[in-house]
Amino acid sequence: MKKEYIVDTPRMPVSWREETKAHKFCPGCGHGLILKALGQAIDELGIQDRIVFVCDIGCCLLAWDLFNTDGVQTHHGRAVPVATGVKRANPDSICIAYMGDGGGYAIGAQHLVNATARNERITVLLANNTNYAMTGGQMAPTTLIGQKTETCPYGRSIEQHGEPTRGPEMVAAIAGHGAYVARGTVSQMNQLKKQIKTALQTQLDGSGFSFVEALATCPTNWRTNAHETWQFLNNNMGAYFQTGEFKKPEEQEV
Amino acid sequence: MKDLKEKNETKDKYAVRPIVGEKRAFATGNEVVAWAALAADADIMYGYPITPQNEIMHYWTRMSEKYGRGFLQTEDETSAGFTTLGGVLAGRRSFTATSGPGNMLMQESMCMAEMMRLPTVMIVQQRGGPSTATVIYSQQEVNLTCFGGNGEGFRIVYSTCSHQELFDYTINAFNVAWTHRFPVFVLGDGYQAKMREPVTMYDPRDKGITMVPTEPYVLKEGCAGVDREPQQMRNTYNTEEELNEVVEGLNAAYQAVIPQVVKHEEYACEDADYVIVAHGVVTRAAQAAVEYFREKGLKVGHFRPVTLRPFPGEAFRPIADRAKKILVAESALGQMRRIMTDTIYGCSTPMVNFFKPGEGISTEEIIVKVEEMMAEDK
Repeated sequence: MKKEYIVDTPRMPVSWREETKAHKFCPGCGHGLILKALGQAIDELGIQDRIVFVCDIGCCLLAWDLFNTDGVQTHHGRAVPVATGVKRANPDSICIAYMGDGGGYAIGAQHLVNATARNERITVLLANNTNYAMTGGQMAPTTLIGQKTETCPYGRSIEQHGEPTRGPEMVAAIAGHGAYVARGTVSQMNQLKKQIKTALQTQLDGSGFSFVEALATCPTNWRTNAHETWQFLNNNMGAYFQTGEFKKPEEQEV
Repeated sequence: MKDLKEKNETKDKYAVRPIVGEKRAFATGNEVVAWAALAADADIMYGYPITPQNEIMHYWTRMSEKYGRGFLQTEDETSAGFTTLGGVLAGRRSFTATSGPGNMLMQESMCMAEMMRLPTVMIVQQRGGPSTATVIYSQQEVNLTCFGGNGEGFRIVYSTCSHQELFDYTINAFNVAWTHRFPVFVLGDGYQAKMREPVTMYDPRDKGITMVPTEPYVLKEGCAGVDREPQQMRNTYNTEEELNEVVEGLNAAYQAVIPQVVKHEEYACEDADYVIVAHGVVTRAAQAAVEYFREKGLKVGHFRPVTLRPFPGEAFRPIADRAKKILVAESALGQMRRIMTDTIYGCSTPMVNFFKPGEGISTEEIIVKVEEMMAEDK
């Protein structure tokens, strides 16, 4: 008897670029999920024609041709100033700076801090996977206490390296009126998509800077299997990095 | 930001001309650069304070407000460089200005501009080096401006010698950049930046100069992926072969541009036994020295490269071959000379160095040097 297979095309966001799929991330990587949430948010807001997607260096650069939108890939840490430059010169553009925790909190920290302080009308989307993944798993500002990486092989210690950077908390502390700051996780996709959508809406409204950190998985460098990966994301990272909204535009209107 | 948008939309921001007819002024070089950028219809400046270029920003911020142009003071020169790239990507005539340690930080973004052929314009007012050194003067940023970064120096560098040239070449820089799509640098120095001298400012349109139209790299007409292919730009490649092809392509494009932009000036070189080579403000001392010697009937000439990158080696070669001796005068330890000697490889004419890193060079000093060379030959 002839067996019938139902062929179903994977449901990708419309704003994704079909020709460049499947994407280039490792199996189990969180980037694909973050970018799916971003794609859905772009679709729902209907702003594909206005997007300039600026990606940083690190694994995030693999997304340089992921969307069916215009985009620029820049140097490590420099996505924020490039997006700022475009936005300042073309206020109608919707500029997204996409980066990792190293790009945002280490090499490009001065750009993140000052773009926040100036309340630049751009959206920063940052993947936090607690390590420098593209370069082979070194310690990042977000590496958890006790977590082993290539440059802290005996585990990160508070004494030597300080406490892991809490990005959204830092950004929220200096963000101005009308800014939006949140942290989501790839294990809560609905929440993450909603946060990214609110961030983009904040830029569309022109009310202020918008920032979303997404907790992401990195089984390749964590050296974890599927179960351990999810455990680390939800339990270890979840215990230190609280998800939720840290600043909302309407809160300051009062 | 909103104001800029409104101004852009509601009226032609270039309708009001900043300069009508010819305007004679007695101004600092920095002021002249700001006026030139304004006259060249520059849209936006991104900058960060560093001496001796600060007044470019000071004048730009005062005037840009009146004429609906943009300005952003960034958190550092790294950011000023990269935001300038952003402005160019958005299709705006964008520029920045810096000096010394700031020039170092901007090399990162200028590398990206080379790789992606982004027509950035950057004014450099050289100060002393290495490190923080002085805020006053030098010609020590030649290496950095011509070849800074981990690349091949696909850029065009004009070394100016006067306020008039600062004005002329700043306007020219925007047109050369947007015509050829390579980063363009106007290399001045602290003396030119800070001193005042007479200059004639003008609207380029009155001189028959058309400003080369700009175009956006991102967000062109239509929706990406629907009406047109998405414009996705990168500077990272996966294999050696892939990169090699890209760099060879850049090189071919750059080599084709060289004959169109390379520039030099000759002063009594045709029969010169002694040729003084100097660039930037030092050319003024060299020109005066040539006048002095020619009045005495002595065959002294001066070759001045205007573009340091590309270097006018082809024009210099026959002059260098014909001369008995060459004097290289520089306010640096041979940064220009290294570029020059490379382009005249095989030339056996002896060269005498007159290097004063971080210090000005006077006509009298050059005269003494040339007389010493003549005495040796007697």
